Amino acid sequence: MKIRATQAIMECLLEQEVDTVFGYPGGTILNLYDELYGYEGKIRHVLTAHEQGAAHAADGYARSTGKVGVCFATSGPGATNLTTGIATAHLDSSPVVFITCNVGENLLGRDAFQEVDSTGIAMPITKAAFLVRSAQQIPDVMRQAFAVAASGRPGPVLIDFLKNVTNADQMVDYEFIPWQENRRSNSIQKLNDTLRPQKPEIDPDDISRLLDMIAKAKRPLLICGGGVVRGRAHQEFREFAEKLDSPVAITVMGGGGFPGGHPLTTGMVGMHGSKASNVAVNECDLLIAVGCRFSDRVALQPATFAAQARIVQIDIDRAEIGKNVATDHHIIGSARRVLAMLNEQLPQYSHREWKEYILPMRAPATAGDSEHLTPQQVLDVIRARMPEDAIVATDVGQHQMWSIKYLHFNYPGQLLTSGGFGTMGFGLGAAIGAQTGNPDKRVLHITGDGCFRMNCHELCTVQHYGLPIVSIVFNNGTLGMVRQWQNLIYKKRFSQTTLDFGPDFVKLAEAYGLRGRRVRTREEMEQALTEALSSGTGTVIDCILDIDEMVSPMVAAGSPITDFLLSEGGSV
Amino acid sequence: MKQTISVLVENQAGVLNRITGLFSRRAFNIDSLAVGVTDDPTISRITIIVDNGNNMVEQVEKQLNKLVEVIKVRTLEENSLIGRELMILKVSANNKTRQDIMTICSIYGAKVADISPTSMTLELSDTPDRLDTFQTMMRPFSILEVVRTGVIAVQKGGGKI
Repeated sequence: MKIRATQAIMECLLEQEVDTVFGYPGGTILNLYDELYGYEGKIRHVLTAHEQGAAHAADGYARSTGKVGVCFATSGPGATNLTTGIATAHLDSSPVVFITCNVGENLLGRDAFQEVDSTGIAMPITKAAFLVRSAQQIPDVMRQAFAVAASGRPGPVLIDFLKNVTNADQMVDYEFIPWQENRRSNSIQKLNDTLRPQKPEIDPDDISRLLDMIAKAKRPLLICGGGVVRGRAHQEFREFAEKLDSPVAITVMGGGGFPGGHPLTTGMVGMHGSKASNVAVNECDLLIAVGCRFSDRVALQPATFAAQARIVQIDIDRAEIGKNVATDHHIIGSARRVLAMLNEQLPQYSHREWKEYILPMRAPATAGDSEHLTPQQVLDVIRARMPEDAIVATDVGQHQMWSIKYLHFNYPGQLLTSGGFGTMGFGLGAAIGAQTGNPDKRVLHITGDGCFRMNCHELCTVQHYGLPIVSIVFNNGTLGMVRQWQNLIYKKRFSQTTLDFGPDFVKLAEAYGLRGRRVRTREEMEQALTEALSSGTGTVIDCILDIDEMVSPMVAAGSPITDFLLSEGGSV
Repeated sequence: MKQTISVLVENQAGVLNRITGLFSRRAFNIDSLAVGVTDDPTISRITIIVDNGNNMVEQVEKQLNKLVEVIKVRTLEENSLIGRELMILKVSANNKTRQDIMTICSIYGAKVADISPTSMTLELSDTPDRLDTFQTMMRPFSILEVVRTGVIAVQKGGGKI
């Protein structure tokens, strides 16, 4: 069947069961946007205020639904505005297909209006970047792009179509192939061959070797990493942890991979990890990391990391094995399959003594009864009032660490946070994507005043689509996390971190047609959140906090994991 | 230790960029790099020589394997590969020195590609070590220009990557 090139692009999206795209139109992508009219009711387009917001929204959609997100943008500034969003998805292994258009073939390389080498820019921050110069390539490239984004270790892919490829006179041979089958078609088969190092058969010998190591271990520790979340391996992981009867430390990206309130969990691990987690890393004799890449925020000092332990890494990506921390054993494969195989043979263990040593070190999360609103009080209120399955999107900084420490996440996709790239401004876009993909769930956006300023223009998207997102701003009038470093490491020289000027977030919310509330006490917070959740409209709650609140505990970058610069509760 | 990495890739624009990007991102210097199309016009072979000061080569090899455009990656063992490099060397030459240069050329098996009243252009294909020593022998005659292609290599014996 011959159809127009732009139709072929849409049909390929439908093939992949895409029903929602995020984006922003512009000159070179006009043909594609024009085609959207023909797909009303099948493909819903969410228009954001800025391409970066669209990129984060597609990312948040992907993380929260487990599907591949899709984002459209035009050439030049449209494409460059995506880059922070693409890199954010890349570092956190989130499957998003970014579709941009570029100038026509006749203008390519001539520094035409809004021309930039989009695939060149995207190269180091995508799994693959395709430049499409002929309409006949469309079906193949589209199918490949989705296969690459979703397979193995997921991640972003960019497709850049030249404008002439999308012209109305461009006809393409197209035949519908369900995505499950097109993964088996010729070009994809070849692709699977190249991806094989990431998707090998799991070696049963590797499994039995790990079982032997487990049998010998007296003080095992499990780390729940982002791979458990991306691979939706939470059930298998929980069964494994309970059978192993081992403490479980959770990385930032692992939030939601293991129930936050589970009796075995020691909480976050690493720079702001709990004492229980970090001491357990130091003193365990077997450390099993699942889908965790030992980033510099977890393995702060690789040489001393889990020095007494044999380290085992379970990861889908062979390139992660031994990259940051030398390991004693590894199993390549998806967390879900590897853990299921382990669970089949794993007997029930009991490590009571070790648990009784480690688990009591978890700090009790008390909010205190200070008259001035504290971050803990805000989170206490959120924890008490939010529906159990509510999705939480955070930005980056102190509020992010507090949220992850105090809130309990129970399923993959419940916590949306930029762990790898640390993108300030990620949260609101991600919340928009999550709310679009999960209309029946409540979505909370927890942010700081610094982060919120970066992309608060997306409030207009919240208003336009009637999304009942509640943005809770931890407003301490400073870039809190940077100030914390300045407080502790830079002799209180607060260079350029004080934000004691504009805007009034309540008025800002109102200017966008949303509700705004300012709260200074726990009671006000309770009232504001209750109202916000029952109102069903987008709300901004501006929580006024003290400027010198700190995230504790804290271990300085590059230090041994138990050298606490700040201990739990904040004493230096 | 020098390591030879042979990579089969799809013959497309931008692939070379992607591959060298993996090295540059890790501040990892490439000693030499040679690209050419294989018997199958859709596939190119890239031969990369790197100085393996640490275990980064293994890491880069794994990263290369992840690229969609990469079909195969193999690190060739030093003692089981045939590696050759082509050098074109332009040297000052006159009536007095021309014969001496010719003698060295015949020892090394180098060919004279061009000749002028004041210079000779020589061509030699051999292992990098032999090219180095040839270059050293030519230095007293005053080298005007040297161009080297970088090594291309295959495994010894009937096996292929």
